[in-house]
Amino acid sequence: MTKSYDHIVIGAGHNGLTAAAYLAKAGGRVLVLEARDAIGGASATAEIAPGYKVSTCAHLLNQLHPRVAKDLGLASHGLKFAGTDLPTTVLGASGAVLRAQGDNVEGAISPADRAKYAAFRKKLLKFSKRLQPMLLTTPPRLLNRDFKQNMDLLKLGWAIRSLGRTDMREFLRVAGMNVYDLVRDDFESDLVQVLFANDAVLGTSMGPRSPGTVLTLLYRLTGEIAGRQGALALPQGGMGAVADALAAAATKAGAEIRTAAPVARILIENDRAVGVVLSSGEEIRAGHILSNADPRTTFVKLVGARHLDAGFQRDVTKIRTKGMAAKLNLALDSLPAFTGLNQSDLAGRVILSESIEQIENAFNPAKYGEYSPTPLIELTIPSVADPSLTGPGKHVLSAIVQYAPYHLKAGWDAAREDFLKTIMARLENFAPGIGKQVVASQLLTPLDLEREYGLPGGHWHHGELAIDQLLMLRPVAAASRYEGPIAGLYLCGAGAHPGGGVMGAAGHNAARTVLEARKSGEKAA
Amino acid sequence: MNAPVTKPIHVGLKPTPFIERLRPLNKFESLEYWKGYWSPADYGNAEREYFAIRNTSSVFDLSPMTKYRITGPDTVAFLQRMVTRDVSKIKVGRVGYTVWCNDEGKVIDDGTLFRLGENHFRLCCQENQLFWLSHSAEGFDVNIYDETDEVTGLSLQGPTSCSVLKALGCEGIETLKPFEMRAFPFAGGEVVVSRTGFTGDLGYELWIDPSLALPLWDGLQEAGKPFSGVEPIGSHALDMVRIEAGFIAAQVDFVPADQAIRADRARSPFELNLGWLVAMDKGHFTGRRALLEEQKNGSKYCLVAVDIDGKYPADGSIIYHHKETEVGHITSGIWSPTAKRNIGLASLLVPFGKTMLDDLWVEIYVMRELKWEKLMVKCTVVKAPFFEPARRRATPPLTY
Repeated sequence: MTKSYDHIVIGAGHNGLTAAAYLAKAGGRVLVLEARDAIGGASATAEIAPGYKVSTCAHLLNQLHPRVAKDLGLASHGLKFAGTDLPTTVLGASGAVLRAQGDNVEGAISPADRAKYAAFRKKLLKFSKRLQPMLLTTPPRLLNRDFKQNMDLLKLGWAIRSLGRTDMREFLRVAGMNVYDLVRDDFESDLVQVLFANDAVLGTSMGPRSPGTVLTLLYRLTGEIAGRQGALALPQGGMGAVADALAAAATKAGAEIRTAAPVARILIENDRAVGVVLSSGEEIRAGHILSNADPRTTFVKLVGARHLDAGFQRDVTKIRTKGMAAKLNLALDSLPAFTGLNQSDLAGRVILSESIEQIENAFNPAKYGEYSPTPLIELTIPSVADPSLTGPGKHVLSAIVQYAPYHLKAGWDAAREDFLKTIMARLENFAPGIGKQVVASQLLTPLDLEREYGLPGGHWHHGELAIDQLLMLRPVAAASRYEGPIAGLYLCGAGAHPGGGVMGAAGHNAARTVLEARKSGEKAA
Repeated sequence: MNAPVTKPIHVGLKPTPFIERLRPLNKFESLEYWKGYWSPADYGNAEREYFAIRNTSSVFDLSPMTKYRITGPDTVAFLQRMVTRDVSKIKVGRVGYTVWCNDEGKVIDDGTLFRLGENHFRLCCQENQLFWLSHSAEGFDVNIYDETDEVTGLSLQGPTSCSVLKALGCEGIETLKPFEMRAFPFAGGEVVVSRTGFTGDLGYELWIDPSLALPLWDGLQEAGKPFSGVEPIGSHALDMVRIEAGFIAAQVDFVPADQAIRADRARSPFELNLGWLVAMDKGHFTGRRALLEEQKNGSKYCLVAVDIDGKYPADGSIIYHHKETEVGHITSGIWSPTAKRNIGLASLLVPFGKTMLDDLWVEIYVMRELKWEKLMVKCTVVKAPFFEPARRRATPPLTY
């Protein structure tokens, strides 16, 4: 006998789990179907060598939405932090070090820059704060808005307007800029420029001089963790712990989660999504289908062209998903010695780059299908603050490496080994001898991230965060309000507003949309 | 999709395979723009050409007509998803008129679908549509090939056209029904004849390899001699008869949706009186959801045939209700020499043209010896076509 469900969630990524938890809490019978053996999607902890556990994809938590954490009681479901206000250390040329935590900064920074730093950061945080309410707002339609949608749009406009004349002008001046020009207007020291540029370009296919990189920076800074805006946290047990807590919340509320259950297609009858068919052939029906898969996979692969308008299909196919970030995970037999860094630096986040020009130069070859010979690296050694990952003495290093274009001219399967050598050589510059400490390594190129985690083009956010792919244009205009053209089918993943980063907002918003539909459906019935 | 084929680029107007015969006849070099091809507007006397269509036989060079060959295992599924009509109902050897819409349910273009095999269609349309066909082909195992320059065509229209084809050697042509096609041997090759056209009269379209274009032209001229000849016509005469037939033209009676800049300028099939082409029950097609919404909420515009008082052609004139409120305009208007009526097609704001039919007036400006005079004449919504001879559908047609 087949069980019946109210809601099926395709994919147990953090957004899928968030949506499932909300729907189950609201009394729905929910089934989550995950293709992989493990839940969490890109918010995952896995063993890369016996006794070495690491966050295989995302490695820091900076955006988990406080509302989601509170509503779902993630703390009571086991989410603990090994650190909630991590310092960032930028390691530049010949041992130059910049240390930043909150508004404090010290090290390789000129006195003039140092005097300006806190005010500059406060300004960015203030602007980002104004964007925060938008994260949990369903984007208003471009045309034919109803009263509520007009109010939402007004609120966003008012949030900017109410900054006051001077700040509003400043916001409008900088919002469309590139981060290179922005930070060089104010700062002369290389490493402070790197600090902001890294946060602006990480996970994008943009360099510091690319337009829109101030927007991505502001977007990132909307994140709040443990009550601190713009802070970084390390979940105890790695990023998988976030997924585990979400799963616990969902399961506790009655949701059912099945792993190793890949969905082959979405069942459409009378122009309505009515269920899914698994690769095994099993058919499961439900009133609402939520897809945590990216929009292209959802519509082109799981629904299929025959059910889509040609224009919509084209728009979905053209969503820009050029992933350029690779992930390197290393199992180390001992703590690596980074020149100029102490143990407390290594408990936080470390950025390896000499200058903002170096980042732009690292980006250049990626535009033409080659990886950076001297990549930008953001790394953590989570085992310093969280020995539960490896046991005492041993360590894991998790590094985001840019730029590594998804479409590599040489092809990733041929070039993976060479790229690993390139990254190791770069690491060796900053931490002599690290190569000899490596017990095991795992390099995930954008192609691997797509194959393994279903990130389209290896892009973390299921689609570039750029002005033409945000808000009512995310992922495309006709699907920006979580429900696409097919009734009963909703997007709940990073491809939907407000995008990726382990945030849970897309899952939250999609669940709210489904619940509204359920309510109006019940009213109609 | 096929690999791109390199073709020579023509400087100036592109010749058609018939140009050698047609250019000397085009005494005033009167041409019309059609995708950059050499295409006559008239051969000096559009009225004469018009009467040839209605009284004897006329021939029009269809070479510039865009033709796409659509083949592959998903051909039917692809077309079902692209056009509004139920393609499965067009049998092999038959032709169907259809439109296709964008996501918003607005008409991009119209054209005719020739079903040459189970999985082999030819789509004939006025404009280039490769962009839309390519978008629509994503996700379908289908080949789309522009064969415009590889299949040439002549439109032979008029009461004697069947007799002319018989004289040409098309044995049994009189049994060909409207919207049917058949191949006949011709000059060592073959000519495919379809009983189709843009005139609302008895007529045929002849499709042939360009190498046989001139023999076909000469053959028709020869075959037409006993039947008062076969008159070459241009687009002006053709435009007159298509209005009499109530046929719409792209860029005139509707703006192709992909070219409309203003959001409310494009039209849906319902708004063009082409609701009969929309098969809602065949499954999904592009624009279906928008068209369902439109059915539910009502259309904004309608296209109707109108009879206008007086004799002055009302092309482009504004239509008023109660001589006061602007409610639409005449998209195509002529004095019909056959119907002896002042006729037009009109785009009206609903409910005018649907439920509000009375008190409609057309504002016509007439130049009378250096003075513009404004006429406000009555206009009546009528049924199209304005002229529909029995021979249009008769099988066999009357032979001469």
